[in-house]
Formats: sequence, structure tokens, C-alpha cells
Amino acid sequence: MSDALNRRGFLGLAGALGVAALTGCGSGQSSGAQPSAGGRLRAVYAGGGAKEVLDPHVQSLFVDLARHKAMYEKLVELGPDLKPVPRLAEKWDHDGKALVWRFTLRDATFHDGRKLTAEDVLYSLARVADPKVPERVAQSSLAALDLRRSKAVDPRTVELVLAAPNAEFPALLAGIGTQIVRDGFTDPTKPIGTGPFKFVSFEAGRSMVAARFDDYWEGAAKLEELHLLSADAEARANAVQGGQAEYANDMTATFARTAEAGKSVRIVAAKASTMQAFVMKVDQAPFDNPDVRLAFKLLADRQRLVDVVLAGRGAVGNDLFGKGYQYYPEGLPQRERDVEEAKRLLKKAGLVNKEIEIFTADASAGFVESATLFAEQVAEAGVKLKVTTGSAQTYSKDLLTKGVIGNHRSGAMPIPQYLTDRLLSKSPFNVTHWRKPEFDAAFAAAQVQTDEAARAAKYGELQKTIRDDGGIIAWGLPDYLVAVSAKVQGVEAAPPNTLDFGRFDKVWLA
Amino acid sequence: MRSYAAGRAALAVVQLAVLSVLVFALTSLLPGDAADLRFTETLSPEQVERLREQLGLDQPAAERFGHWFGQVLTGDLGTSLISGGPVVDIVRDSVGATLVLTIATLAIVVPLAVALGILMGTRENGRLDRTITSITLALSAIPDFVIAVVLVAVFSLKLGWLPATWIGGDLLTSPVLLVLPVAVLLGRTVCLLSRQVRAGTINTLNADYITQARRLGVPRRRLLFRHVLPNAAVPGVQELARTGDTLLGGVLVVEAIFAIPGFATALVDAVETRDLPVVQALTLVLAVAALLLNLLADLTCNRLVPRSALLK
Repeated sequence: MSDALNRRGFLGLAGALGVAALTGCGSGQSSGAQPSAGGRLRAVYAGGGAKEVLDPHVQSLFVDLARHKAMYEKLVELGPDLKPVPRLAEKWDHDGKALVWRFTLRDATFHDGRKLTAEDVLYSLARVADPKVPERVAQSSLAALDLRRSKAVDPRTVELVLAAPNAEFPALLAGIGTQIVRDGFTDPTKPIGTGPFKFVSFEAGRSMVAARFDDYWEGAAKLEELHLLSADAEARANAVQGGQAEYANDMTATFARTAEAGKSVRIVAAKASTMQAFVMKVDQAPFDNPDVRLAFKLLADRQRLVDVVLAGRGAVGNDLFGKGYQYYPEGLPQRERDVEEAKRLLKKAGLVNKEIEIFTADASAGFVESATLFAEQVAEAGVKLKVTTGSAQTYSKDLLTKGVIGNHRSGAMPIPQYLTDRLLSKSPFNVTHWRKPEFDAAFAAAQVQTDEAARAAKYGELQKTIRDDGGIIAWGLPDYLVAVSAKVQGVEAAPPNTLDFGRFDKVWLA
Repeated sequence: MRSYAAGRAALAVVQLAVLSVLVFALTSLLPGDAADLRFTETLSPEQVERLREQLGLDQPAAERFGHWFGQVLTGDLGTSLISGGPVVDIVRDSVGATLVLTIATLAIVVPLAVALGILMGTRENGRLDRTITSITLALSAIPDFVIAVVLVAVFSLKLGWLPATWIGGDLLTSPVLLVLPVAVLLGRTVCLLSRQVRAGTINTLNADYITQARRLGVPRRRLLFRHVLPNAAVPGVQELARTGDTLLGGVLVVEAIFAIPGFATALVDAVETRDLPVVQALTLVLAVAALLLNLLADLTCNRLVPRSALLK
């Protein structure tokens, strides 16, 4: 067994050297091996049973996103810094006011051989907006799109008109559930997209099989076949270690430690690409007092939370979402722990020796653990934080109305989208109850600003306000962990929801 | 006999009706509904509200139950609130794997437990009895998931002999997939069952008629198989019918660890997403199976040891 492995390893290396010598240049790949075509890759994700869908406009789980990414594409995607990058639209511009947008389409082909046209784009966006189907995810984010005034200029140019100016419109077209389907697409069980893989079969909660699409506009994938499978964390770990899968999504820090001790599995970590936070409701006592909010921010021992709750796989947070993303304000000092100052503020607020409830649930990895540990840290200032646990399945909804302080986590998304979803008076997920008309107005003013630098400056001010005065204690930025078997090459460490995350058309088996 | 059958059938119908009311009420008591749980944090509350109306979840509970009950009476199990597809598809797709798993387990459990039980019972307090007793008691004290984790670590990850999960596997082409899950399920059931058979054997061996038969010189083999075994099997068979729930608990753990797309997984998923029609259908199937199993057990016992009291 080990002999065979050694020999294969040796042959593989010799082959690679030979090719490198022939072509006279390196491949630029970190492993030094040349990409080879063929083979089957089996990738395992957390499953959703009957919840899993084939309809690209109705997605909600990672396994759905992966499936749709393999078969469909969007006009725009997000780069590693969450900045919009061209995809099916090769370029775009607007009327100078960010009200009327023109997108030039790429020369892409659908799986049935037809070329992508402007009509497909209009049809797809109308399908998303269909009010009769409330589960079309992007309905609310694309609500400002005025489809009646939008039109196809020519087969390769589409003009999209907004009800109100928005300089972030391209990013909205990169949101989840915005895939481009073919004009007249009505049956989601027969997927036809422009993506690198063609549909073969699907069983909800179990598997999807897809085959390489040879006419993919960016060059055919190297893998011949892609299997996207569903399983719980324990089974994912066993499958990738036991050779039943080559890629396992969303792994725990504990597993990463075990896996890195062996040789069969490699961990690809997208550093600090999600956020873990405590959220305080700024309109409810005691957190309606800015001094109390600041005191709690000063009480978090962030490094200890990262070390214990995230097992060290992550970075400390600075009470803001989106570190490293486009529009993240530069030069902010890291917030450090200051128990004495916190004590002074809490004493001023008359909170010493009082009890506050922290509302948590086992809804996401680390929620209950971080709440429990934070209670110990807060106790050092003489305030008792009592941990109460709610229903895991409905926690994210319950937290909108229940509890004065609780847990929050967010995946990667553009900063303006985070602000829109969570920090405006009308935001659907405004969990901190941050409702300030002047903040809303300043955000609206920033969004119509067509000059990127000016826009960034305005967003920066808004974010500083949130960091100093808002209800978010962003204590940690967990790494996003993916496990791949040793022979898998070309997997990028990109944040989830970005273009380079889970791009199986770039992956090959050595 | 006929009135007995009719009585049991009538009782079964009442039991099933009461059960569906209970399941409906209990699931309705859980926080949130299918509209809330189908998507988490991707739909705006306004979209969720429209979805709730579309799914009919804004109707009063009694009305929804009445609607569902009417459908079931016509043989229609309804539509899943989550997938939007027929419930009967979900039931059919999930029952297969669990059924194969259960039957394979029972096919090994029954002969093994009976053999062990008789072996122990006929050597009451002997060295063999004590050895098997300590092993089975120790085994039954280890939780299923621990056994599963250890077996996977040794036979799949270390030795590489057996597949670690059912991911991407097909039972028809690779029956070897059954080995580890069945091994996990065996542990507890064999222990419980063999204890019952042992007790039955000891009881029977001490009975007057066996002593009498011994005195009359009935050969030992004939004594065991003709007289002791049928009597000793009765508590075992009854226990077997009751093992259903133990086994289901085990199946749930095994399905999760080995990623088996089975009945227990479907049931947990349906409860977690408040997919009421699916929860109702799956519990009904389970209840019918339990009723049939109990009936079968009673008939088998009656066959083994005819007792007039059983059939009024």
C-alpha cells in the first residue's frame, strides 16, 4: 500500500517535472503540479432534507448555493473583498446618476446550445420579482428595479432602470437568488444555465450529479463529473477522511486540528471571513444607555473568546462588520479590554450588582459557548449576565423581538448590504433596533454618490458611528474551514458567497 | 377469533385517530411554523407573511386539522409545506433504507439472541452464563453513538475495510454499506433480547412439567427444542415487539452518523421545519407498523404456546 503510494507520488512528480521542462515555465500553482483533466469530485455540504431546492431563485442553504453555482451564473459576482466583479455581464455603466444602468453581456452559451441574450436577463429578473411566488429570495433586494421601463437595447446589451438611484446596484445583482435562467424557463427540475456543469440528476437531501459543460465560456472545467452531496458534520468529516468524498464544506475547528495531524486531508481556511457578535437592543434598558453599550464592548475579552469558542481559528473583531471588505474604514484602533473603565461606566449607570439576561440558543456553532464565557467576563465588572436558551430553529426570528442582548453571526456580504439589511429603520433584520432617521438619511445620501471615494468616505463615517455608539459587539471573525483530500488541487481560500468560493470548474485532481 | 380480530382493528383505528390529534397538537405547540423555518434569514418578514398565507398556515388550527384529516380519509397524504411535493414521495423515499436496515438487523438479532439466551439459561450461573452476561450488560451500557464512532474510527478510517458513510453510495451495488450500521444497532437489541430469552429458559426449566419430563427420560435435545424453547421464546417475542422504539432511537443515531437518508432523518427534519403533513404521515406509518408488529407478536406467541385466554 505505502509502496504503491510512494511510487505514484514519485511518478506524479516526475511527470510534472517533465512537463515543466518541456514548456519551460512553471504553472504558477502553489503545488507545482500541472492541472490535469478528468475525474470525479464528490463535495459534501450540510444537508437540508426536503428543504433543498433546484430552483436557483429559491435558494437558502449552502448546498443549494453550490448546486446553483455549478449550473447557473449571475450578471455580477463578488470578488475576495466583496466588491462587484464582472461575470455574465462583462462590463457596465450608468447614466451618471446611477438610475439607468447598461450591462454588456458576455458571449456565453446555455447548456442547450443557445446564446445568452438580453431577453434572458429580463426574463430572469421578472421571474425573481414575481409577487405570486414569495419565496424568490432576491425579491426584496431587487425591489427598486423598475422592470416595465427596463429593456433590451440589443441582444448583447440590457438597460435596467431603477425607481431610485443606487450606486450599489451591481452588488445587488450579485446577491443570492439572482441567477440568469433562459427566457421561458418554467420547470426548475430541468435546469439549463450557462454554468460550467450541466445537470444530470438530483435527489433532495441526498445528492446532485452534474457533468462538465464543454462549451463553457471561460473554458471547460477540468473535472468530468461533480457530485454535490448532503450530510451532517460528523458524516462529512468521516467521508472526507475515509475517501468517500474529496471536499467537505463548513468544518469545525476541532476537526481541522485532527485533520491537520494526519496526511489524508488538507484544510483550506478562508481567514476571518465571517463574524460572531453579541447584539444589544439600543432601545431597551439597560442598553438604551450608550455608556452601558460601551461598557459591555470594553468588557469583552476578545482574544479569549476567539481562543476558546473558535479554538483559535479566527481573528478578534473590532465591533464592525466586514473587515477587509470594500468600504471598511481604515485606521480604526483595535478596541481593547478595559475592565476599570467599564466598571466606572456601569457604576454611573447604576448597573453594578444588577442582573441582565442574555438570550442565546444552539442555533449556530459557538453561540451558547460564547454567551456563557462572556457572562464570566462581564461578571468581573460586578454585573450578572444570566444565560437563557431559546429554540434553535426559530432563534434568528425570535431575537428580533426577544431579549435585550443575544448572539449574532453573519456570513460574507458587501458592507452596504449589511447596513441595508440590519441597521436602517426599515431593515428586515434590524436585531439591535438601531433606528435613527439621521443615519438612514446619511446612508441614502451615500448610496446615490457616484464617486466611489466619496461614497467610501460617507460609509466610513456611518460605520464609525456604529462601532462607537451601536449595539454590535463584534468579538470574533471566524475562519471558514473547508476540508479537501490530498489529491484535490486548485481550491481557493475565498470567503463564502464570493466568486472564488467553491469554484469546482477551477479544481482538479492530482 | 373473528370478533377478536374485529375488536383489535377497531381499537387500532381509534388509536391512530387519537395519535394524529396528539401529534398535530404537539407539533403546533412548537415555536414557529413552516413559513418561518423554510428559509432562515433570507426572506424578509413581509415575504414570509405572504408565504404563510399561501401555505394556508394563517388558518385556524382546527380548520387545518380538519382539512388534513379529510384528505387522509380519501387516501391522500397531502403536500409537504417545505418541498411543495407530495408527502407520499417523502415517505416512500425515506422508508426504504430504514426498512432494509431494520430487517437486516432483526435477521441477525433474533437467532443470535435466542441462541445466546438458551446458552445462558441452560447454564444458569455457570462460567459461560456469567461471561456472556457481563459482556452483554457492558455493551448495553455503551451509547450507540460511541459504538458507532469507535467502529468507524477503526474499520473505516484506520483499516479502510468498510465505508465510513452512505454518502454517494448505493445499497444495491454495495451491500457492504450495511455492515457498520447493523453492527451498531445489534449491540443493545441483542443484549435486551437475550436477557429475556435467558429468563424465559430458566423459568421453563424450573417448571414442574419439565422436571416431570426429565424424570420420564425425555432426551435433553428434544426437551430443549420441543418444550423449553417455545415457552422461553414468548417473553422474547413480546420484548421484540417492544424493541421497536429502542431500535428507532438507535436508527436515528445511526442514520445521522452514517448519513443514511432514512425514516428517522426524515422525521427529525420534518419536525425541525414544522412540516406538519410530513410529520403526521411519518408518525402514522410508524404507528401502523408498531400495531402490526404487536399483532404479529401476539399471534406468534399464541402459535408457540396456545393459550385460550388470548383468543376470547
